[in-house]
Amino acid sequence: MSPPNSPVNSSKPPDRRQFLTDGARWLSVAALGAAGGALAVQHSASAEMRWQIDPNQCIACTNCATQCVLDESAVKAVQCFDLCGYCEICTGYFDPQYQKLDTAAENQLCPTGAVVRIFVEEKAGQKFFEYTIDELQCIGCGKCVKGCALMNGSLYLQVFHDRCVNCNECAIAVACPTQAFVRVSADRPYRMKRLAKQLIEQKAGKSSEARSLLEQVDPS
Amino acid sequence: MNSTLRWATLGVVAAVLTGSAAAELIPTPSFSNHAVPTTRVPVADDVIWPLVDVAILALALGLATYLALVKRSRRGLVALAVASVLWFGFWRQGCVCPIGATQNVALAACDSSYVLPVSVLAFFLLPLVVTLFFGRTFCAAVCPLGAVQELAAVRPLQVPRWLDHALGLIPYLYLGVAVMFAATGTGFIVCRYDPFVAFFRLGGNTPMIVFGGCLLLLGIFVGRPYCRYLCPYGAILRVLAKFSKWRVHITPSECINCRLCEHVCPYGAIEPTTVEQPAAERAQGRRRLQVMLALAPVLILTFGGLGTLLATPLSQWHATVRLAEQVRAEELGVNAPPSDAAEAFRTSGQPASELYQSALGLRDRFFWLGGALGAWTGLVVSAKLIHLSVRRRRAGFQADRAGCVSCGRCYWYCPVEQVRLGWIAQPADAVAAQVNAETPKEMSA
Repeated sequence: MSPPNSPVNSSKPPDRRQFLTDGARWLSVAALGAAGGALAVQHSASAEMRWQIDPNQCIACTNCATQCVLDESAVKAVQCFDLCGYCEICTGYFDPQYQKLDTAAENQLCPTGAVVRIFVEEKAGQKFFEYTIDELQCIGCGKCVKGCALMNGSLYLQVFHDRCVNCNECAIAVACPTQAFVRVSADRPYRMKRLAKQLIEQKAGKSSEARSLLEQVDPS
Repeated sequence: MNSTLRWATLGVVAAVLTGSAAAELIPTPSFSNHAVPTTRVPVADDVIWPLVDVAILALALGLATYLALVKRSRRGLVALAVASVLWFGFWRQGCVCPIGATQNVALAACDSSYVLPVSVLAFFLLPLVVTLFFGRTFCAAVCPLGAVQELAAVRPLQVPRWLDHALGLIPYLYLGVAVMFAATGTGFIVCRYDPFVAFFRLGGNTPMIVFGGCLLLLGIFVGRPYCRYLCPYGAILRVLAKFSKWRVHITPSECINCRLCEHVCPYGAIEPTTVEQPAAERAQGRRRLQVMLALAPVLILTFGGLGTLLATPLSQWHATVRLAEQVRAEELGVNAPPSDAAEAFRTSGQPASELYQSALGLRDRFFWLGGALGAWTGLVVSAKLIHLSVRRRRAGFQADRAGCVSCGRCYWYCPVEQVRLGWIAQPADAVAAQVNAETPKEMSA
């Protein structure tokens, strides 16, 4: 070993350290580049991802109303009119204990009165009503969804992307008992019930509206 | 009338429940004078924002680097920190951030079906590359979590060295756990326990708001508690910053060893000038290093073995394992509160044995993952011990590359810098002023 105060020893260690540091840096850059490149190629998705509810999995447990990080949940109910039976007594609208066949609050299942019931037509003694969701009122509790599931199941919950802040880990997804929350591509950020999708696919030949609707539905 | 209707409804409901759903579907009537409306699609939001965010991140990184290393401007860095808190924090509401992106990358590396958006990958990689060349300028003022704590650190105290070293191990362990949970699809715990995102959104769950508030209050006295003692991304940056080409140089020319910078650094990141050691002490140091090097494999293996014992508690974080335990408990009639998840599982008709199989498979996986986590812990501890046993020669006070977050506080306090800026004529003036300012306090104390 050379004496500590020799000029060789005093100038060499910094050089050696410099060399090692430079080497480690370029190695790291190469490793990051390789890993990043591999991931970018393997997953090659320029598309952004969004959270969505798979209505085929959803059991309308009411977590969506309470677990969202937003004060007012990003989840709201959607009505698929093509699947709706326009029932006079809608199990998604009426509380099972309803008193009278009217729109009074005590007869409604919805805690905020967000399901709007409008008379459409009377055919062969049968009355038909249209049920729409007032999105401003809906809190995404899914009570109507659970009720409607007893019949056609045309009401279901969806994440509204104009409200969702797209958390990296969705708080509702964490609490979801059936893992109904999935990541979908942002250009088709919508999921449909199987039955609803089939019905709309049947219409797609004739209606351009149905076609444009299907274009926004996640293919899986 | 009323009761007849109710009975009719019940009849239909019973029919639906007993028969197959498709057969019992009530057809949508065809109306004579009413068009069935189209189902509404929730509008998609703009997909352009993430690309704007990546551009702004790159810009902010460039600006932070320029302000910290070239302009040496603390004022500029504070302004940038405010801007970052406003933009990435309050306006973009915190997602996605490079800290959380670590988990997306880990998941993408292990699960080929997971789609990793390019913007998230860019968020993860950009600060790493910048750090490799310029040190942790990302932490200085770009990261909204760092920036909000930087602004909070108004009365920082010095944390004792030993405590700082010990607590400094947590981020590495947190990183290990976060990567493990992300890679197994268990969850993104870094996002779940992000202390400031609720603050940025002005809403969120109460425990996290309280935790975030406590951290910010603590941050008034202990500089950047999240960055130093929790942040998993900071752990990666610490390692990479050690190889940085450029760094914060406290003094623009010769250090006069006045120690003013050491006092002002809230993050304990300034290392003093070293003095020559006597030969005996050096020999002792060398022996200690040898012991630590020999200890490293022992620690790694021991912790690795201990880690495998964590298989059960770790696997219980996974939703599948939790569901399997719930279903099993209800099957055995153990007094467990019924859960929606177990109920939904039973109605799905999937055989329970399949669920048990996948849960057991996961537990096996967590046996090895727990071992790996233990070994990682051992590695982190022994690396720290070795690092503490290695002595480096330093001429002048220097910012420790790993710990320095390029906040720029030390610049202003350096008398040599003050001369460069033209504030004072010679370094001795600043030192004298500082001594005068401190003397009465010390006398009264």
